[in-house]
Amino acid sequence: MSILLDNFAPDTVEMRQAYCDAMIREATANEKIMVIDADVSHSVGTGRFYEAFPDRAINCGIMEAHAVGMSAGMSATGLIPFFHAFGIFATRRVFDQIFISCAYQKLNVKIIGADPGVTAATNGGTHMPFEDLGLMRLIPGATIIEPADATMYGQIVHDMASNYGIYYLRTSRRKTVRIYRDGVKFETGKAIQLYDGSDVAIIACGIMVYEAIKARDLLKAEGIDARVLDMHTLKPLDKAAVIGAAVDCGAIVTAENHNAVGGLGSAVCEAVADEYPVPVERVGVFESFGEVGTQDFLQKRFKLTAEEIARKAKICIERKGKRL
Amino acid sequence: MPSKKKPFDVKETMKAAAEIRKGVLRALAAAGSGHIGGSMSLAEMLAVLYTDVLNIDSSVPDMPERDYVVLSKGHCGPALYSTLAYKGYFPAEELLTLNKGGTNLPSHCDRLKTTGIDISTGSLGQGISLATGVAMGKKLQGIPGTVYVIVGDGELQEGQNWEALMFIAHHKLSNIVVIVDNNGRQLDGYTADICAEEDLKAKFEAFGFEAVRADGHDVRALYDAFCAASECGKPAAVICDTVKGHGCSLSEIDGFNHYMPVSPEDAEAAIAEIDRRLEVAYEHIA
Repeated sequence: MSILLDNFAPDTVEMRQAYCDAMIREATANEKIMVIDADVSHSVGTGRFYEAFPDRAINCGIMEAHAVGMSAGMSATGLIPFFHAFGIFATRRVFDQIFISCAYQKLNVKIIGADPGVTAATNGGTHMPFEDLGLMRLIPGATIIEPADATMYGQIVHDMASNYGIYYLRTSRRKTVRIYRDGVKFETGKAIQLYDGSDVAIIACGIMVYEAIKARDLLKAEGIDARVLDMHTLKPLDKAAVIGAAVDCGAIVTAENHNAVGGLGSAVCEAVADEYPVPVERVGVFESFGEVGTQDFLQKRFKLTAEEIARKAKICIERKGKRL
Repeated sequence: MPSKKKPFDVKETMKAAAEIRKGVLRALAAAGSGHIGGSMSLAEMLAVLYTDVLNIDSSVPDMPERDYVVLSKGHCGPALYSTLAYKGYFPAEELLTLNKGGTNLPSHCDRLKTTGIDISTGSLGQGISLATGVAMGKKLQGIPGTVYVIVGDGELQEGQNWEALMFIAHHKLSNIVVIVDNNGRQLDGYTADICAEEDLKAKFEAFGFEAVRADGHDVRALYDAFCAASECGKPAAVICDTVKGHGCSLSEIDGFNHYMPVSPEDAEAAIAEIDRRLEVAYEHIA
């Protein structure tokens, strides 16, 4: 049976509810887990954790820099803090605190950035992280995960709590299109192949996985056979899956709800340049700040769509065998 | 009244401060240069903490119930390394490896490299938050011990400090003591000229702290202040009035003394001066 659902539709629960459920389950089994917030608990959905574990949740107030540093210090005593904020405040605003207070001294802090890219929607440009993946990829030893839907939250949270080190979980908080059946296995650093194909490989993460699935259908109608990979772990990157795609398909399209520089597209380009160069086309945000609007409007505005993936797939196939 | 955690011996602690300074000079001379000003102003504070106040055991450096020291002004690592060597965490000869490639004693404190360093620092303004996390972690898990975090007065220009202070006060953390090395100077000059901090005691009090000022080069005053701060049951701060570069004429200068070249001859002369000054000070006590 396929790991994918027969029909894709918006989930019945919000991502943040599913996340909080997963956290409560994990914290029930692991008494070291702490929830740290910086005044967006209501938004990122950790509220029920406070009811379940009032002594293990701290809302610092609007002080992300302190919240990150405090989390780092806590972890030095053996606790496992999960720090939550909107993606921009969880990464860009506190980059040095994550870098020096957490990662440089090998402490054990989990960072959750909500509202990635265009999912920040009506909060607009000030709240729209297109660069968080790039920033976090620059941190030595950090693990970066962006799931496509809420199905794997339980396993992801368990993995984050069980493995020592800096994790960045980039996740929407709203209802997202559910693509996976329950029970699908999540393994850090191991891409999930949703469809095999030989003409081109689409490597996507987050909300762009669903767009990649739709792009595959568009391409199929034109007789193009596309492989689709959910690269839920951006770091460490599943290089074997990337190189396998390069070898088998000879052309790769990346798709991410992020700047086309620094994130998944860059990671894939680096991997193929190192080992097996093939044409790569990137779908992402090019040299732009965020804007306000509905997610649907913004996906079209920034060309984060199945149609754009299919368009670039055809360009990429055209480039095969030509001078790289 | 301060408790008598350990018998306090003024001469012994003054000697420790002198030895800390001498170790800094040897380390800096071996390296050729270093952060001398802020290291020298710290000597009495570190001497009092490590000789008379802290519950620590150099043979069990990771004892969970230990008191922690977070040197937020991480560039003054040489002073802390000298202290740790004096207390037997590692051989004094290791001080001569300061800043050399592959050393365990980098310019700025690194918990992964140096035995006895609990928290890495160097990016100013982050130490109080880190210390707060340690204090909160201890409190939540019922682990005894106090966290002493040392910040520079110049460093207090960083906004994150004030976030941390607000947090400490709100959570009524009483197992953390904020110590300010109030030497009045920062890298580029006098703090009063660059961005004046006015009355630090009043600022701490306004943030809900029990704050006292102490002569940062008077070991007895520091001992009393640290003991009172750790036992007051409230968020506490000790503002230690110091002189940047204090202890020897080499670094007691009005000009730039944040980071200075130190030759072996400089160090030798300064060490002899420190010994002479200690003898004179002993006579005053007697």
